[in-house]
Amino acid sequence: MFRYSAVARVLFGCGVLLLAGPVGAEENGLYGLGRLATETEINAWNIDVTPNGAGLPSGRGTVQQGAVIFANKCAFCHGPSGTEGPKDRLVGGHGSLATSQPVKTIGSYWPYATTLYDYIFRAMPFTAPQSLTSDEVYSLVAWLLHQNGIIPRDAVMDARTLPTIMMPNRDGFVSDPRPDVPIR
Amino acid sequence: MNLFDEDMPRSPTENGNMGQEPRIDRRTWLTGAASLVGATAAGLLAPAWLPAEEGESARPTHVPGRSPSPYGVRAQGETIERLTLATHSLTPHQSLHGIITPSALHFERHHNGVPLINPDRHRLLIHGMVGRPLMFSMNDLVRFPSVTRTLFIECSGNSGHEWKGPAGKTVQDTHGLMSTSEWTGVPLATVLSESGVKPEALWVLAEGSDAAAMTRSLPLAEVLKNALLCYAQNGEALRPEQGYPLRLVIPGWEGNTCIKWLRRMKLGTAPFMTHEETSRYTDLMPDGTARQFTFVMEAKSVITSPSGGQRIEPGFVEIRGLAWSGRGAVRAVDISTDGGRIWHPAQLQEPVLPHCHTRFRFGWRWNGEEVLLQSRCTDETDYVQPTRAALVAARGVNSSYHYNAIQTWKVDQAGQVRNVQV
Repeated sequence: MFRYSAVARVLFGCGVLLLAGPVGAEENGLYGLGRLATETEINAWNIDVTPNGAGLPSGRGTVQQGAVIFANKCAFCHGPSGTEGPKDRLVGGHGSLATSQPVKTIGSYWPYATTLYDYIFRAMPFTAPQSLTSDEVYSLVAWLLHQNGIIPRDAVMDARTLPTIMMPNRDGFVSDPRPDVPIR
Repeated sequence: MNLFDEDMPRSPTENGNMGQEPRIDRRTWLTGAASLVGATAAGLLAPAWLPAEEGESARPTHVPGRSPSPYGVRAQGETIERLTLATHSLTPHQSLHGIITPSALHFERHHNGVPLINPDRHRLLIHGMVGRPLMFSMNDLVRFPSVTRTLFIECSGNSGHEWKGPAGKTVQDTHGLMSTSEWTGVPLATVLSESGVKPEALWVLAEGSDAAAMTRSLPLAEVLKNALLCYAQNGEALRPEQGYPLRLVIPGWEGNTCIKWLRRMKLGTAPFMTHEETSRYTDLMPDGTARQFTFVMEAKSVITSPSGGQRIEPGFVEIRGLAWSGRGAVRAVDISTDGGRIWHPAQLQEPVLPHCHTRFRFGWRWNGEEVLLQSRCTDETDYVQPTRAALVAARGVNSSYHYNAIQTWKVDQAGQVRNVQV
C-alpha cells in the first residue's frame, strides 16, 4: 500500500505541475482517470425520484387516464383490478401486515408514493421498461393510489402533488436491530 | 406466486428437475462421498473394465489424445448443473468441493434478464454530491490500483422457503442461492475519491444497466470500508450473468446490494427509497413492522454431504459442508448427530477467510441407526448460528429473507437423507 500511495502522490504532483490549464478531472483526481461528465450525459441516466420529490419530471396524470393505461399495459400481469395477478398484487391487503397471512401491496406496505413513479418508469412494463411518458406514469400512479383508497377519484398527480401523499404504512419501517436472536 | 417468491427457490413440486434420486454412475463418482452408495464396486472400478462409451477410448494409453484447446471445457460426462428457474438459478453445492464455486455454476438472480453489454461502450457515471461528476470507461477503471478478495455472495432469499417448513429436497434447493468467487476490482473508495465526495454525502445510490435498472441505496461510510468495483471473477472477466463488465461487490452483504452491470452511482444526503429497499428487500415482523436496510448476512452453515436426496452406507462417512459469516471470519463449526443435544468440533479447512465460505470436515462412523445431522457456525464476533426455534421465536415466519437457522438432515435406517426441521 505504501508503494502505491507514494506512486500516486508522485503522479498527482506531476499532474498539478504539468497539466496547468482549465480545471478538470485530470487536474483534481489523485490518479487522473475518468473525465468530467456532461450535463446531457447525467440527465440521460439521472432517473431516480426521491421522497421529497426531487427527480420528478413535468407532466400530469389523472385516475381516469390511468385506468385506461393500466388496462392496456399492466392488467395482463397484475389483473384487471390490480389484485388478480399472476404477478405482484398491487391493491388491497390493508390491515393485514400483523396477521398470519400478510398481503403486501402498494396500499398496505409501500411507505412512499414517490417510489411508485420511480419504479414504474424505471422498470415497467416488464417487457418495455422506460417506455412510458411522464403523463402515463403520473396517470398510473394516480389510478393505483385511488384503487388503494389513498386519493380521491378527481385527484391529479404531478411533481407538486405526488410528494405530498401520505402512504398508510409510512411509519411501518424500523432499522436493523440484528443480532436479535438470543444465544441459548 | 407471491410478491417475494422470486428471490427464493420454488417449492420442490414446482421444479421439473427436482426430486430426482442422485444419479450414480462411473462419471459422477467424484460428486461426493455420500453419493458413492449405489455405485459400490461397479461404480468405483468401472473405469477399469466397463466397455468404452461413445467419445472415449477403451485404451487411452494406446492412442494419441486430443490437442491443446484455446478455452477449456469440463470432461465429457461431467454433468452437474445449476437448477434454473425464471429469475434465478441455484448452485449444486452437494456436488462441489473446496470453497470456490466454478464461475459457470455461480448462482444467478436477476430482476429482468441478463443484458448484452459491449464493454467498450460501457461507462460508470459518478455524480450527485460530488465536486466533479465523472465518467469512467472500463479501461479507466482497470487502470486503478486493484485488489483481489475471495468472497461469498448470498441472496437474502437463500433458504427463504424454509421459513414456512422444510421445503427444499436437496442442499441445492435449500442453500443454492449462494456462491464464492475470487473477485478482482478497484476499491469503491478509490474511485469515489476521484470525484471529490462532498462532506454532506451520507448515502450512495448504485444502479445497474439491466432492464430493471436495478437500484439500491447504500450507507456511504459502510461501503467505503471494503466495497469493490469488480471487473474479474476467478481470474477472468465477469460472467455476463454476474454483471459483466462491472459489478459492485460488498463483502458480507445481501446479494441484491452487489449491483450488477453497474453504470451509475449518485451521492446524496439520504436513502433514495427505491422499490428494492422499501417494498421488496424488507423483513416483515409479526407485529406488522418491517425491518429496512438489513444488509448483513449473518453467520450460517450447512452440511453439503451427506445432504438431502443422497444415501449413505454404514461405516466411515466424512461429513462435509460450508460455513460463512457476513460479519467476518468463521471461528468454529460444530457438528451434532443427535439433533443438537451433543456438539463436536469440526475441522476447518484452511484458508479461513473473512466474508468467505469456509469448508469444514468431520470424520464420522454411521452405525445404521436413524440420526439427525446438524452443523452450527460461530463467527469471529461470537455470534452463534441460531436454531430454527430461536430464529422463528424472534422473527415469526413471514419475514421472507435472512433465514440462517441450523439446517437438519435426517438419515433414516436405509441411509436415505431428507430435509427436516426439529
